[in-house]
Amino acid sequence: MPSFLAKKWTKVPVFLLCLTPWSLLLWRAYYANLGPDPVATLQHTTGDWTLRFLVFTLCISPARKLLRLPELIRFRRMLGLFAFFYGCCHFLVYLGPDQNFSLAAMLKDVAKRPFITVGFTALVLMIPLALTSTAGWIRRLGGRRWQILHRLIYISAVCGVIHYLWLVKSAIYRPLTYGIIVGVLLLWRVFNWLPRRGPKVPASTNPQRSSATV
Amino acid sequence: MQSMLIRSKPDLTYADVTPKDVYFNRRRFLQAMGLAGVTAFAGKQLLALAAPPLKTLAAGKFPNLAKSPFSTTEKETSFEDVTHYNNFYEFGIDKDAPAKNAQKFRTSPWSVSVEGEVKTKRKFSMDEILKLAPLEERIYRHRCVEGWSIVVPWIGFSLSVIANLVQPTEKAKFVAFESLYDPGQMPEGRFAGIELPYIEGLRLDEAMNPLTLLCVGMYGDALPNQDGAPVRLVIPWKYGFKSIKSLIKIKFVGKQPDTTWNLANAHEYGFYSNVNPNVDHPRWSQATERRLGDIFRRETLMFNGYGDQVASLYNGMDLKKYY
Repeated sequence: MPSFLAKKWTKVPVFLLCLTPWSLLLWRAYYANLGPDPVATLQHTTGDWTLRFLVFTLCISPARKLLRLPELIRFRRMLGLFAFFYGCCHFLVYLGPDQNFSLAAMLKDVAKRPFITVGFTALVLMIPLALTSTAGWIRRLGGRRWQILHRLIYISAVCGVIHYLWLVKSAIYRPLTYGIIVGVLLLWRVFNWLPRRGPKVPASTNPQRSSATV
Repeated sequence: MQSMLIRSKPDLTYADVTPKDVYFNRRRFLQAMGLAGVTAFAGKQLLALAAPPLKTLAAGKFPNLAKSPFSTTEKETSFEDVTHYNNFYEFGIDKDAPAKNAQKFRTSPWSVSVEGEVKTKRKFSMDEILKLAPLEERIYRHRCVEGWSIVVPWIGFSLSVIANLVQPTEKAKFVAFESLYDPGQMPEGRFAGIELPYIEGLRLDEAMNPLTLLCVGMYGDALPNQDGAPVRLVIPWKYGFKSIKSLIKIKFVGKQPDTTWNLANAHEYGFYSNVNPNVDHPRWSQATERRLGDIFRRETLMFNGYGDQVASLYNGMDLKKYY
């Protein structure tokens, strides 16, 4: 199994799978099958998938450790970029039909409405991550600094959940579900960072903490 | 198709509601018409479903409706959209949930109890309600607090007809309304996130305004379950949630009654909830709205465009305070 995941071609089906929600939307749009409020359907679906891909991306590190599948790292960049891709689609649907493609109106809205502000923050924080997602940028920044930068995804995910939470009218269990999942994934990291107890690895004498791989 | 739907019997009872199979046949027919109506996808039309010519087909339960001077000449939203994009939390919180979950909802027998500060308390059966006054078709704009809107040919008569029958006393200053809540038939209601039964209220003069409609149908036919069957209110100058569905109780009272959304979040939903582009919802703008089927938003009108009829009700009131 692990060797299978390391095969080069495995990225192709994963890529196609990630693109499926988008293809389905395009299909439904072409056949005018997006429901009574097509714009809302596009907005909600792309927003949902942005959050889901953020969650998938955050799942990689715990999954690698817990399932002992280090090869999963090969798919992390793709998942993260798809989160950014769906986030951009989500933003464009908002900028176009809702704000008439007016950047000025959009910025005013971003400043005025807290739920838009956090959503916009989530997206903006993903831009540097997308730009520095290449091997070249990892080299240029150095692994350690690159890693610190890419922890911005934690803030993006939290902002994304808040964006959803502040948007719903009454029943909050859907955004809450995302919140719990993101919370668990982040807590796992916190525990992973904590200095390990026991005689084998005393925290004070272990300069390299396990966070380097998270 | 038409001959199947038009009934010649002049005196209809509530038992004459279009049988479900006929209703669904009609729906399928309308869907086919809708598909046939879809032409080119270009520019603004890319995502919009071309609206089927419903008006000419809709002649089911109520063939001889009086026209109303209150009707708008704006293009009606398609029957398909109005029946598949509903906020009816008793049947689920998703817009398409009521269309699925309300199909088995039993709306017969049904009665509406009128009580409180009135000279004669009464309970009206649906058959009685349908005969209280000549039914009118009123094509109203309907604006949801969420920022979308529709144009619907409702059927009914002014709520004041009921009030004049039961004669509110001097003590009556407000009217409280209550929806049916039957958890057995509405299991989704547990996840609504709002307290049920759904309750609403109006000031007495708002309730007596001729625009306030006691509604028993739409598009020439009885109300579909997901749109608030068998009887509901429609208050076109207020946000949609004021127009309570599946009404069972009307109570004339002395004090301003509690209302569901106000109880859920008083900061966001006031008792009045008049459509007002100048007073934003705390979380989003109310200046614009999207008409279902459109891509871009349009300006929202003060009192949803019914200012001539209702603005005087609020003379001297600070509408930012009484939102």
